[in-house]
Amino acid sequence: MAQVFTASADTRLRAAVLLAFLLVFLAVLFVGGYADSSYGTLTGWVRDQPVPFSHEHHVAGLGIDCRYCHTSVETSARAGLPATHICMSCHSQIWTGAPMLEPVRLSLASNTPLAWNRVSRLPDYVYFNHSIHVARGVPCVTCHGRVDRMPLMSRAVPLQMQFCLDCHRDPGPNLRPAAELTRMDWSDWDRHPEAHKDYGALMVKTHGIDPAKLTQCNICHR
Amino acid sequence: MRYAAVLLPIAFVVSACDDMSHQPRYDSYEKSSLFPDGKALQAPPDGTVARDSLALEGALAQRPPMNIALLERGRERFDIFCTPCHDASGSGNGTVPARGFPHPPSFHLARLRDAPSGYFVSVITQGHGVMYSYADRVSPSDRWAIAAYIRALQLGGDAPLATLSDADRRRLSEAGP
Repeated sequence: MAQVFTASADTRLRAAVLLAFLLVFLAVLFVGGYADSSYGTLTGWVRDQPVPFSHEHHVAGLGIDCRYCHTSVETSARAGLPATHICMSCHSQIWTGAPMLEPVRLSLASNTPLAWNRVSRLPDYVYFNHSIHVARGVPCVTCHGRVDRMPLMSRAVPLQMQFCLDCHRDPGPNLRPAAELTRMDWSDWDRHPEAHKDYGALMVKTHGIDPAKLTQCNICHR
Repeated sequence: MRYAAVLLPIAFVVSACDDMSHQPRYDSYEKSSLFPDGKALQAPPDGTVARDSLALEGALAQRPPMNIALLERGRERFDIFCTPCHDASGSGNGTVPARGFPHPPSFHLARLRDAPSGYFVSVITQGHGVMYSYADRVSPSDRWAIAAYIRALQLGGDAPLATLSDADRRRLSEAGP
């Protein structure tokens, strides 16, 4: 009877095992890299929208406050997608014939909402509430980025748990005066840390914010 | 335990499915095939009375007492909802009229200086001319706050020089003509 295994069988087995390990290692590396990539987190990717609405024009160009359209951000869990009625507050009079705004006019005439595509979407197992973040002084720009520089809307930060936890573990440095929450440019605030070195700690104390509670699972997950 | 070798990889593969992220439930702004307009968030049927409607009507009917908190609130709401057209001083030269929206009247006209505060509240509530109603965006108590702040703007815009403090007069002359 001939030999079942050739003389090189051992070597080939070792090579195969090594290759298998290498493949698993690369697969883990790829999955990890994908999850953190801007492609995986959708950061910086412009989403198609029924109307190419420019936040840059409306915020930086016209100086309209975020809350003019996102009316429920101070009082409810959701910031609020503006009703067509709100768009038409101005566009009933200006750019009335613009082809770009045809879907808006159709929406008003047919009483059906514009189907915007969500840019900053959180998974369904995260119970985020806008109103409490606004009430405590987290400015819009922290999570939504420089909206005033976005002709078309894209996600500014990877909305991963790491991002939420970074702030929940140490909220103080991220708090700002309530009267200026919709301000986009905080570079002068960042340039002069000595001017507000006690502000964060003071606000944490004033509002009774307890970082130990903020990192409990059921703060965001129920 | 002999199935573990089979079950573990299956568990690993299935865990990659992200059903938890899109749970079978409706969120406020999601679409729904249940209703003709395609919205999950349905308007309440006609004739629905909100739990707080009595309180809201009361707030609309009664002018709140003038105080600094009311003015501060009024300034904040005015800056959000009114300045795009009426501008920060209330003279009607906002960025939106600059783009072709019909100019609103200045709050410093004699007609509007003499108008009662309730007039501004009713314009915010019902709209006026090309101005849409802001009842969906500005709560009744905030409408009175805005009306109070318009009063302050009118007072500030038409104040005689003699009524200013020395410090304010100095700042005014520094600011130039």
